[in-house]
Amino acid sequence: MKKYIASRVGYMLFTFLIIATFTFFLMQTLPGSPFNDERLSSTQKEVLNERYGLNEPLSVQYFKYLGNITKGDFGVSFQFDGRSVSSIIGERIGVSAILGAQSLVAGMIIGLFLGIIAALRHNTFIDYGAMVVAVLGLSIPNFVLAGLLQYWVGVRLGWLPVAFWEGFEYSILPTIALAAFVVATMARFMRTEMLDVLGNEYITTARAKGIKEYTVIMKHGLRNAMIPIITILGPLTVSLMTGTLVVEKIFSVPGLGEQFVKSILTNDYPVIMGVTLFYSLLFIIVILIVDILYGVVDPRIRLSGGGRREGK
Amino acid sequence: MVWLIREFVFQEVGVVKVNEFELTDDLFEESGKEFEEKKIMNRPSSTFLKDSWIRLRKNKGAFTGLILIILIMFLAAFGPYMNSHGFDEQDLTRANLPPKVPVLENLPFIGLNGVDIRGTDQYAAKEVTEYYWFGTDDLGRDLWTRIWQGTRISLYIAFLAATLDLVIGVAYGSISAYYGGRIDNIMQRIIEVLMGIPNLIVVILLILILKPGILSITLAMVITGWVSMARIVRGQVLKLKGQEFVLASRTLGAKDKNLIWGHLIPNSLGPIIITTMFTIPTAIFTEAFLSFIGLGLQPPIASLGMIVNDGFKMLKIYPHMLMFSSVIISLIMISFNLLGDGLRDSFDPKMKK
Repeated sequence: MKKYIASRVGYMLFTFLIIATFTFFLMQTLPGSPFNDERLSSTQKEVLNERYGLNEPLSVQYFKYLGNITKGDFGVSFQFDGRSVSSIIGERIGVSAILGAQSLVAGMIIGLFLGIIAALRHNTFIDYGAMVVAVLGLSIPNFVLAGLLQYWVGVRLGWLPVAFWEGFEYSILPTIALAAFVVATMARFMRTEMLDVLGNEYITTARAKGIKEYTVIMKHGLRNAMIPIITILGPLTVSLMTGTLVVEKIFSVPGLGEQFVKSILTNDYPVIMGVTLFYSLLFIIVILIVDILYGVVDPRIRLSGGGRREGK
Repeated sequence: MVWLIREFVFQEVGVVKVNEFELTDDLFEESGKEFEEKKIMNRPSSTFLKDSWIRLRKNKGAFTGLILIILIMFLAAFGPYMNSHGFDEQDLTRANLPPKVPVLENLPFIGLNGVDIRGTDQYAAKEVTEYYWFGTDDLGRDLWTRIWQGTRISLYIAFLAATLDLVIGVAYGSISAYYGGRIDNIMQRIIEVLMGIPNLIVVILLILILKPGILSITLAMVITGWVSMARIVRGQVLKLKGQEFVLASRTLGAKDKNLIWGHLIPNSLGPIIITTMFTIPTAIFTEAFLSFIGLGLQPPIASLGMIVNDGFKMLKIYPHMLMFSSVIISLIMISFNLLGDGLRDSFDPKMKK
């Protein structure tokens, strides 16, 4: 097990190094310099370059960059005078985290419920209804859903606020827009797993012993069906991360995603790269946790020496 | 056959006794031609694809998806030519017109009569006599033409990306699995590193360097997109290459190339087609997503995602801009997902009834 975790951590570090290298060289190729001010004389620029280490050889700059990243220093924003990228991330991440967590929890509970009901009422009207909801949730892009919610629920019906972040009711529409995908993925997944598990002989045995149907489903069925949920955590995190970019933009939520989109529009490269690295790190850590958890749950995986789960 | 046997038996013994019951000649009847014909009339042999097609047709969802896809592709191809407006033809005197369709305009409740949400007939107010089926945008461009033009570009990007994914993924996956050993090991490590990088991050970074365009967006998607195809093909080939028919073919002297292209890949076709079916909606979504965060195509060309994005600008007063494009992009996604699900079921021999 230790060996397995070590190999996973190794992969994680290597992947992160690749991304960091990529962003560093990308920064070099992009046009513009932080000191492109016509009022500055060339000697002043020289002094500034000296001070920020921009005239050192590329290799030195590269290792300095990597060193700074490990200390959590992602550079300084072009757009906001002298503000460090990490302080911008720190200020913005809270809102995004709340939104993401809310969507994940709400989506998983509703999806779980839908999936179980669909499996228990297999091939009935309820099952078909739940699966229609799931296909719609998977297919309708989050920005379309966000737009429709904003227009119909927010503007036409006037039930909920359509923008900004000033209380719980402001978070409801963005949460629904983000949670739809989670609900759909979860419902489909739970349905398949439940049907699979309920077809097993130990379920028949449990029923034959006279255990109450509720106990059979909750204890014998659900518990076993829930194990593989770990595998969909990766895709769900990605969808939430990218989802926050558009949903926060549409609902003007002051989160990290909104800042990222704004930075792209204003060409604020240090912020773009910093947030990119931050997102990548988050993603890599989630994948690492998923891999380790899966190794803990399913011994075949760690024994085969770190083969990844099938399907994404 | 029965004829022959009977004659043969009778010649030998003359009379046959079964349970003390004498079978004499007059108990038998001539089977005649009908019997002979029945014997010849075999059921036609069925192929994998034919079987799957039959199962697919029975799946209502998937079949609806297929028909919708064909319809949308038809409209994307010919829709822009169905009226006389060009996709980049601007005219500010007819900006922001709500949709108006001949015949349907007489049914006020479905909202295709040129009246905006405040109840004024914009066509009468602006003295426009032409019909704009989906209305016009803020620069007075015809939305019908623009939306189908945009659908065409979105579909083009999606199909191109799916094809490239297919080619790279199948080649990589089958080589990795077929040769196995150290080659497989190295190739798999590369895949593992690529899998750890979030797709959209790579796409965003690449577009920052490459500058948005149809080709750069497609390439950015392909750079990480082929990985899932490669993994699936590898899994299939690994499963197949140990089977007897491969051994038989190899014994008969088939070369590696022939084995891969003639046996292993055709037998993995099911999962390959399914994966492609899911790549297409993902690509359409990614492209729309990029437009949304400001990394989409540059005007005047428009993709579906760009039109959706533009629609947000005036959502409160002119919702028609967002509604039509949203509905169409959603329909495309739903159709491909339904078809993909249906294909997954119909390619599965276990589903055979």
